[in-house]
Amino acid sequence: MDIIVEGLLKAFHLLFSLDREVLTIAVLSLQVSGLATMISLFLGISCGTAVALTEFPGRNLVVSIINAGMALPPVVVGLFVTVFLWRNGPFGFLELLYTPTAMVIAQAIIATPIVMGISLAAMQSLPKKLRLQILALGATRLQMLWILMREARLPLLAAVMAGFGGVISEVGASIMVGGNIMGYSRVLTTATVMETSRGNFDVAIALSIILLLFVFLINLVLTLVQQRERPR
Amino acid sequence: MPVLTVNNLKVERGGITDLDIPHFDLEAGESLALLGPNGAGKTTFLLTLARLLTYSQGELLFKGQDISLPAMAVSYRRRLAMVFQEPLLLNTTVFRNVAAGLKIRRLDKREIEKRVAKYAELVRITHLLHRDARKLSGGEAQRTNLARAFATEPEMILLDEPFANLDAPSRDALIDDVQGILRQTGTAAILATHDRLEALRLADRLAVMEGGKIIQIGACQEVMNQPVNEVVASFVGMETVFSGDVLNAADGSFVVAVAGHAVVALGCVEQGEKVLCCIRPENIILSHDHALEGTSVRNNLPAKIVKIIPQGPFLKVHLDCGFFLASYVTQQSLENLALREGKDITVSFKATAVHVIRREKRAPLTAAR
Repeated sequence: MDIIVEGLLKAFHLLFSLDREVLTIAVLSLQVSGLATMISLFLGISCGTAVALTEFPGRNLVVSIINAGMALPPVVVGLFVTVFLWRNGPFGFLELLYTPTAMVIAQAIIATPIVMGISLAAMQSLPKKLRLQILALGATRLQMLWILMREARLPLLAAVMAGFGGVISEVGASIMVGGNIMGYSRVLTTATVMETSRGNFDVAIALSIILLLFVFLINLVLTLVQQRERPR
Repeated sequence: MPVLTVNNLKVERGGITDLDIPHFDLEAGESLALLGPNGAGKTTFLLTLARLLTYSQGELLFKGQDISLPAMAVSYRRRLAMVFQEPLLLNTTVFRNVAAGLKIRRLDKREIEKRVAKYAELVRITHLLHRDARKLSGGEAQRTNLARAFATEPEMILLDEPFANLDAPSRDALIDDVQGILRQTGTAAILATHDRLEALRLADRLAVMEGGKIIQIGACQEVMNQPVNEVVASFVGMETVFSGDVLNAADGSFVVAVAGHAVVALGCVEQGEKVLCCIRPENIILSHDHALEGTSVRNNLPAKIVKIIPQGPFLKVHLDCGFFLASYVTQQSLENLALREGKDITVSFKATAVHVIRREKRAPLTAAR
């Protein structure tokens, strides 16, 4: 019990004293996961919408692959990103392994199918004739897509939450492709794993609390926006 | 010049022809109703006319201009409006819904406000403008939908059964309003419906569709009174349709043998020809003991009442006189004649009330009236 109390006290001390190392880790976590989420939103919403609005042979197979991708294990993503970015790998010449960029790539790969799957379901849940109605109002295809996205904004916000939640809390891929280098590629999850393995539970608890705070605050904002729009 | 001209239009899906329209015209300011059962191709036709459905072949001319090129689809659609059966409102306020088509056209804010106010007033939704569109009743939602369409001030409007989901009072009121707006704006309109009364209230011309084809098109009274075949006849309310052989024909009138009776009708047919006779229920008179014999009513047949069905202000009487007949009577007539199921009665109808379709040639006969 003492270990938890000590851990909590240390955590609050680190938090309120704005410990430089902890701050660096927290900021990098936000940057990496934020950028990965943005990339996944761009790819996921556009591809999810495209698949939802078009008919083509093998569409069901594509939808199944997207849905399976929502459960993509981070360590598998980490493994393949490592292989591709390895010195002798196909993209080894880019020298991205053990950099925050590699972490962004891995996290974007994890989040994209999540966003894509939810976007696809969101777009499919809109009445099919709504597309025709919007076009009949004189909309161009781009205007139609924009209006449809606005109509599906509630589930699309859920996609943002799920995508961000999926990457800010993952550890396997980040540790494999980022290397957990202090001051460079160490993020909240990788640092928590490391501090726990070292027996520094106080620091690990502090990092966990920051991680939970981030997840909570970001989801709180998105939830408030979503619930304001909720049909009554 | 017609607003819209269609030539050799075909829509094929999976090797099946969904729509086949050799020629179709819509004149400026004209209202035309597409009448037909579900699956007749009315919606397919409207979607194709709005360039929302790809057609396999054909030519679409809007005010004489060929609008077949894909690049012209958006600019063409901005000259028309389409209203679907479901209101399909956007998840926002009524104001923003009515303004949707105007925002798409990037009109300035003042013009948008002006148009929204004008058309909201015309369809009586001014008091709803700041309401959430998700909280509207069915009638209010469809009014918003119509305001959204009319606010774009289209040159042609396509109405795909817009009144089908409404209760009777809302439907009646909305039909009146739409009629008023069409008259006021002079917008050419095509209304798809399976309700002939709705069609008659709004349309100048009727086109009856079946199996993706227009099987008859013409002025309302012409289609209503001279259907070209059984399908059109049943759809325009000629509930009594029976076939018979022409016994003799002379001087523009002839006698048809039907279930042991001789029915007199007008028209030019040949002896021995097979014909279909169609009679509207409102043209059949019921009486006791051949009371109308000796008058100008030339057909008086004995019949038995099979069924009496209340239909709003009238009652529909199903009769058996060797073939099926239907007649409308008022409640007062029902009581005066003491009509009841199983009772024997005389049915009478004029020779001019019989519309004859020649079975072999499938062409309508124009009876001299």
